[in-house]
Amino acid sequence: MSRLTADLVRERVRGTILEQIGNTPLIPLRRVGAGLRGDLWVKIESANPGGSVKDRPGLWMVLDAEEDGRLGRRRVVLDATSGNTGVALAMVCAVRRHALELCMPDKVSLERKRIARAFGAQLVLTDPLEGTDGAIREAQRRAAAEPDRYVYVDQYSNPANPLSHELGTAAEIWKQTGGRVTHFVAGVGTSGTIVGVSRALRPKRVRIVAVQPDDAMHGIEGWKHMPTALRPAIWDERVADEHRVMATEEALVMTKRLAREEGIFTGPSGGAAVAAAIAVAREEAGRIVVLIADGGDRYLSTPLWE
Amino acid sequence: MSVTIRLPGALRDAAGGETRLSASGETLRDLIADIDRRHPGFASRVLDEAGALRSYVNVYIGDEDARTRGGSGAAVPDGSEVMVIPAMAGGR
Repeated sequence: MSRLTADLVRERVRGTILEQIGNTPLIPLRRVGAGLRGDLWVKIESANPGGSVKDRPGLWMVLDAEEDGRLGRRRVVLDATSGNTGVALAMVCAVRRHALELCMPDKVSLERKRIARAFGAQLVLTDPLEGTDGAIREAQRRAAAEPDRYVYVDQYSNPANPLSHELGTAAEIWKQTGGRVTHFVAGVGTSGTIVGVSRALRPKRVRIVAVQPDDAMHGIEGWKHMPTALRPAIWDERVADEHRVMATEEALVMTKRLAREEGIFTGPSGGAAVAAAIAVAREEAGRIVVLIADGGDRYLSTPLWE
Repeated sequence: MSVTIRLPGALRDAAGGETRLSASGETLRDLIADIDRRHPGFASRVLDEAGALRSYVNVYIGDEDARTRGGSGAAVPDGSEVMVIPAMAGGR
């Protein structure tokens, strides 16, 4: 059981860049959301200092390991990631003065490797054909081989991941909407966002909509096609009132519309979440909050913006 | 001309459960068509309606990104190893 609270986290990071994690803006979609029954609002997680929603679990997982005594000075933080969590952990570990090793699939974009290395992380590149699941298996292998060396934070299994959203993201949404939020829409990757927000907002009668890619071969970075992927231990289908799927092509069209019509430069998962939320808003009235996980600048070297 | 194609787990179902196949052809498009003849529907998972590589599919011919060599029209030397991987990985 984690000892972390929002107040304790705030206290531990006071006076550092990490104090700026969270309290991200909530913005209405005036154009792509026009003419729908529901009002669409997006929570812009690219406003976090590390550039993505992953700053939240990255910070909470490291602080949790510090608080319970697992993370002493000579131990190395370890996780598997293809991008944003790596950047978040690297930033947090730089400030908290921990060594960090990240297992990531080879041939992830150059900017991801460079950002993580810029913060001082060591990278372990794994077989690109195995994807993120291959990186997870390598992190598991290393943690098992040298348990005294590594603190494997394991974002897919770590309760501090959803806790950061339960006590952070969800509380902010409730406050920012004055308690008028009726739906929350987000994609499923580690599932930390949807699980944590659900715990806090579902008891307040907010309808939780979880979205997955429609195919194992997809381009929605950060999302998992659960039927074919390694299942995160923290994932529980029952946290959502509704499950939807999204095609990559539709997500990419919406990603471009968000930039050109709303001035919101997001990655494919942001477009995917908004496209799914539009489908919800066509059918149901209310104040629908959608989480946009990161910004488009993380994808400049991919074909998306060519 | 024969080359080896390696596929990610995400495409295993589209290739009869295989992740390593041999295929014949002079260009990447030829190779994909060859696999599609044996496993109908494979090509549409990798190429769009215009026959170009889908934006979220990366293909490496040896160590070179096929997009820098003409995309789906890239020439594939005999004996090459071709690797198809998702441009973006699931779960971060």
